[in-house]
Amino acid sequence: MSVIGNTTLSFSEEQAMLLDVAREFCRNKSPIASVRAQLETDSGYDAVLWDEMVALGWAGISLPESCGGSAMGVATVVPVVEAMGRAMLGTPLVSTTLAAQLLLRAGGESQAEAVLSEIAGGAAATVALLENPDWGDSRIGCTVGADGVLKGGKCFVADATAARLFVVVVEQAGAPALAIVKAEQLAAGAIAPNTLIDQTKRSASVDFTGVPVAQDMLLTGAAVVTALRDLRLLGALLTAAEATGSAASCLDTIVDYLKTRKQFGKLIGSYQALKHPTVDILTAVDSGRSFVYHGASLVTDAPLERDAEIACRMAKAHATETLLYAGDRAVQFHGGMGFTYECDAQLYIRRAQWSQQQYGDAQHHRKRLAALLLD
Amino acid sequence: MSISEQELNDFRGQVSAWMKDNQPADPGFLLPQTFMEVGDERQLEFLREWQHKVWSAGYLGMAWPKEYGGGGVERVFQAIADQEMRRHAVPICFNVIGLGWAGPLIIDIGTREEKARYLKGILSAEDIWCQGFSEPDHGSDLGNAQTRAVRDGDEYVLNGQKIWTTMGNFAKYMILLARTNPDAARKYDGLSYFLAPMDVPGIETRPIRKITGEYGFTETFFTDARIPADCLMGEEGQGWKIAMQTLQYERGAEAGAAGGLMMVRVTIDDMIEEIRDMQRDGEPVLQDPVVRDQLVKMIMEEKAIALGDKRAHVAPLTSDYPGSLPLSHKLRSTEMTRRMRQFAINLQGAAGALYVGDAAARQGGFWQRAYFNSFSATIGGGTSQVQTNIVAEHILGLPK
Repeated sequence: MSVIGNTTLSFSEEQAMLLDVAREFCRNKSPIASVRAQLETDSGYDAVLWDEMVALGWAGISLPESCGGSAMGVATVVPVVEAMGRAMLGTPLVSTTLAAQLLLRAGGESQAEAVLSEIAGGAAATVALLENPDWGDSRIGCTVGADGVLKGGKCFVADATAARLFVVVVEQAGAPALAIVKAEQLAAGAIAPNTLIDQTKRSASVDFTGVPVAQDMLLTGAAVVTALRDLRLLGALLTAAEATGSAASCLDTIVDYLKTRKQFGKLIGSYQALKHPTVDILTAVDSGRSFVYHGASLVTDAPLERDAEIACRMAKAHATETLLYAGDRAVQFHGGMGFTYECDAQLYIRRAQWSQQQYGDAQHHRKRLAALLLD
Repeated sequence: MSISEQELNDFRGQVSAWMKDNQPADPGFLLPQTFMEVGDERQLEFLREWQHKVWSAGYLGMAWPKEYGGGGVERVFQAIADQEMRRHAVPICFNVIGLGWAGPLIIDIGTREEKARYLKGILSAEDIWCQGFSEPDHGSDLGNAQTRAVRDGDEYVLNGQKIWTTMGNFAKYMILLARTNPDAARKYDGLSYFLAPMDVPGIETRPIRKITGEYGFTETFFTDARIPADCLMGEEGQGWKIAMQTLQYERGAEAGAAGGLMMVRVTIDDMIEEIRDMQRDGEPVLQDPVVRDQLVKMIMEEKAIALGDKRAHVAPLTSDYPGSLPLSHKLRSTEMTRRMRQFAINLQGAAGALYVGDAAARQGGFWQRAYFNSFSATIGGGTSQVQTNIVAEHILGLPK
């Protein structure tokens, strides 16, 4: 068998339609001026816009119809997220989708139906997973005691201030479990926002100590373990989709500048020292998009199989390194202007650093790919 | 016309059996991996006999018109035959400039006379074809070709020099780009295209010794060489247009090609197999974390190319920069190949410094030779640097 393996790439009518609608929506509703207007707000996004996205059904794309979703699968969220990445549109859609996926995959369709319905209805949700900066550390220190009370905190919780619901990864009786916590259950001051390198994103440390978890708000069993593995892979895929969108618009920003800026009497785009790396970015974005939609072709509602795992990891390993390169070159190619806060290149170089550190960086995934492909 | 799955499967079985039965024995000398490595008469005759045999069996030119030596069947059959040839690792069908470029061109735009005169000999390997595009001073800058063709009665008189003529010393015909009008306002409009015989007085070839130490190309000199006027393809001044069409075939449009295994493909799987027993720091090299990381990167690069070939056919996913995937394909795949082969040598430890001819060289120096030969693809058909300019200008719209 070849190490190249599965090369499925399919794209449904629904995905194509959503990609179209999402691109149009993001282009109209999220011009760069609107993105910049949110950089220093507390929430980091426009609540009116979020309501419009919810009204379009985006919060429930991957949710079952019984919960008010459209049951199109997480693969159909991919084009929407790519479009949002392209427009640098910061909303809790990715966090919310991942939280919903985690619950669904852990067998929460019946147990957490009410919670999932809230999510489809626009209640932002997020997963509280990490307890330190190491994505490769899957030990869980946060616990639910016999008294049903949470003990411990989580860090780097995406969109924590926006979230109405937290899916907290905890340890209970020696096994991983998921505790569903509502924002109003948190103690005052439990959320300590981070100052992030990417100002279009939000995250925080959240202290869950003392929060009581009702029995029906606790998901346990073997499905939780599989669901957590799949969460990490889907998180990688959606981050890759978003980063690929951002890299594509970063490329557009570079190309626009290279076509208009003159130095030494010539358009700078005519210099091969700038032209060739720009083509490198194009081919890298091209590969990134191929990996992302290959991944989208293989992820289903069932536990992810080996080929899907490979696809998600490759997408992430490739896409965020591409954005790192594109953002880095965007700053450099804009010359003195690129060194300013005013230049949009800063948005991309900052997004790149953030994306690389979500759901494991490129080396994290290549290390696991090596085990999958070479051993 | 619909062909049943059953019919295709039967055909595959039939080709497979034939390849198995007719796979030639190791001739005891190095066989070319590509058509650019045919260096001596022994190799030539071996490959000529093999191609003739494949064609006689009906597995070459299957989709070409029957009246000109082809099989007259649907292209899918040739695709299956090609896959089986690759799978059985049989020798290449080496008359590539005829099979892949000149032949499809003649089928697409040639006259009835040209088809009758040339196509069958291409398939049977009786007539070897070469290409006269590049010149010593104008490698990638094809539009500047200076070799002159002057009409004199019912002949053209050729003067000038071509270079990198693959199999120039063995070829009977050349697809030739020459300047018929040096005064044309645009340099491109002064070019014409010829299907030129090589066996006329005034055409001389001189073999070029390649970086590998082998032969395969020639320099070709034209000194008052006279060719019949009916060798002109199309009309005077159409040379550039026809050359560009030829390059489309050369750069990977396979639609009209006669088929046949055109090169021995070296994949990432071959490389991983090759290094499996190598050691680094006393451990298997495949356990070395740095090597593993680099290998995964290469696997991903090769996979991205395969996925890109598929995505290129999904219109909604190519709307950003339409055409970027096919136009950058040669650039991406040839550069990837070059790096992979270099890496394979790097992993050999001290043995990486051995070369073809040393008994201890791994696989007879296969990777060293393959790495050197990979430059024929990153340079030939437009260097990677020129390809990059083309993508920048045509896809991204950057200024010249």
